[in-house]
Amino acid sequence: MRARQRNNRRGPLVRSLTAATTALAVAAVLAGCSSGGSTTATSSSSPSAAATAASFPVTVAASNGKVTVKSAPKRIVSLSPTATEDLYAVGAGRQVVAVDSDSNYPSNAPVTKLSGLTPNVEAIIKYSPDLVVASADSGGLVAQLTKVGVPVLIEPAVTKLDDAYDQIQQIGTATGHRAQARQTVTSMKSAIAADVAKAGTAHKGLSYYWEVSANPYYSVTSQTFIGQIVSLFGLKNIADAADKASDGGYPQLSQEYIVTAKPQLILLSDNSAADGGQSPAVVAKRPGWSGVPAVKNSQIVGLDDDIASRWGPRLPQLVAQIAQALEKAPAQ
Amino acid sequence: MSAPRRVLRAYGTAAAFLAAAVLLSAMVGAADLNPWATASALLDKLPFVDLHSGLSPLDQAVLFQIRMPRIVLGALVGGLLSLAGAGYQGVFRNPLVDSGLLGASAGAGLGATIAIVYLGGSGPATVPAAAFVGSLVGVAVAYLAGAAAGTGTATLLLAGLAVGMFLTAIQTLVLQRSAQDIQQVYSWLLGSLATGDWHQVVEILPYAAVSTLAILLHGRHLDVLSVGDEEARTLGMRPARIRLVVVAACALAAASAVAVSGLIGFVGIIVPHAVRRLAGTSYRLVLPLSLLFGAGFLVLADTLARTVLAPGELPIGVVTAVIGSPVFIWILRTTRAVRT
Repeated sequence: MRARQRNNRRGPLVRSLTAATTALAVAAVLAGCSSGGSTTATSSSSPSAAATAASFPVTVAASNGKVTVKSAPKRIVSLSPTATEDLYAVGAGRQVVAVDSDSNYPSNAPVTKLSGLTPNVEAIIKYSPDLVVASADSGGLVAQLTKVGVPVLIEPAVTKLDDAYDQIQQIGTATGHRAQARQTVTSMKSAIAADVAKAGTAHKGLSYYWEVSANPYYSVTSQTFIGQIVSLFGLKNIADAADKASDGGYPQLSQEYIVTAKPQLILLSDNSAADGGQSPAVVAKRPGWSGVPAVKNSQIVGLDDDIASRWGPRLPQLVAQIAQALEKAPAQ
Repeated sequence: MSAPRRVLRAYGTAAAFLAAAVLLSAMVGAADLNPWATASALLDKLPFVDLHSGLSPLDQAVLFQIRMPRIVLGALVGGLLSLAGAGYQGVFRNPLVDSGLLGASAGAGLGATIAIVYLGGSGPATVPAAAFVGSLVGVAVAYLAGAAAGTGTATLLLAGLAVGMFLTAIQTLVLQRSAQDIQQVYSWLLGSLATGDWHQVVEILPYAAVSTLAILLHGRHLDVLSVGDEEARTLGMRPARIRLVVVAACALAAASAVAVSGLIGFVGIIVPHAVRRLAGTSYRLVLPLSLLFGAGFLVLADTLARTVLAPGELPIGVVTAVIGSPVFIWILRTTRAVRT
């Protein structure tokens, strides 16, 4: 239960729990306002050209309902590592006054002790924000900040690539950088498309295992956000067979299944020392794994754990890392 | 006390239960190995037996490097937790105490959390070692606090409770400061045998052997203590010293188990009680039978954990509670009540 209010930075399990909690919170907020508004994370901004910072007030439809920002925000507080990356990518970095303790990119972001998981509203208000972006409405964050007139955007973990783009657009709109946000999304899309096109269809059907954590072994199915990204290359996910083990798409796999499923590629999002230290070398030495094709052919990739657990502007780097690994893989 | 025949039958049942659990567990799993090929591959390992199992090298690796160490580890952990639970129940003359008592679980949890948060959980041995040390430190602090607060087992239990609360609070505080490790820590706290390997078996074996021996040798002493400290003294025993030795041995047993499996609750309480229902209350019998039945019980529970949702897995704590509770109540209902 305690895990519910927590982490969005890492850990899909926790993230899906948080998403569920957020959904509940959103429902409660909607019921309270007797509003029938859409809860989908789509931007309400019209796709008209030449939107500038002058176009305030703006209203965006975040996951916590329609949020109106009266004038261009000058003191933004971000409580989500992904939102922090989004803010800087759309050019709103100079308006950011504080980011939460888990936000570690870009390096010039003003990191504070603020927690995005157990947010302390008084501590947030100390920065006199005129816009707060978070990934979950934990501990009544939205209700309390709304009381003191601070607009809050809740941008939760996404389940689709398009939703990640939508969040960037929303953040762009809410901060007065609509055009640059659109540019960011366009360049992300083209970078991803280029890598996918370059990889071609030579590796279609190549089987892969994505490791979220190693004790016990948690993976992702193709239904998850991350699974969909790998699916762009037409790869086959060994965790899909365990779909029934988890509704959220993050099943715990049997080690003996992983080994006998003979994945040809292993992608690790738990390889940094802080995340469990399951580096390719460590994985290759696991007892009983030596016969796995990915181990035999050294097709084990230590991903950037942060990028792989966020849904921000650096996603093309993740795609590039996978594309790079595929270059070395034998064609199917 | 018991007729030798009854004792023999009890040992026979326990040994057969454990053997059947291990064999069944070895034959099923997410890897879909042919059960008969698996059985013959296992028999092939016996001296003077030469069988051709027809398993591929990869299948052999799965069986001998992944499945078998997990089963052996499960048996060790289940046996140690049950034995420690039974030992504590004897020392405290309280049927409700468990192997996680006296700050053992809380200490292990704090140790593992510190290892994961501050040491990155890197290296295969960091977390188990930290949990092991944490568990023993937890018990030691509880014991000293209890001794300082007065004599009597109730004081010791209450001191253990307080120390446990304190350590859990510190653990929560540490975790609060490092949110990105929450998933890793919770996975550990829920308990799992999913990554068991021979290395871990070898690592805990010495501690397991010493503590098991020490506990088993005190069966008679616990029987006398259950009558009362006065009676024990008239027989030339020193109750306080016996308690210290048994508590230390139980702490070592539980710490070894917790180090490799995380926190698996419930086993240490239901197995000894089921054993009492089947074989009476003498600790000379309850202790060794708890070891054997506990081993078999956890092997079966882990078999379910890794097959029910195959190729996915269930947390083992869920299985021990969901299957264990009804079975336990059934045992309570169908056997004649024995004084515990």
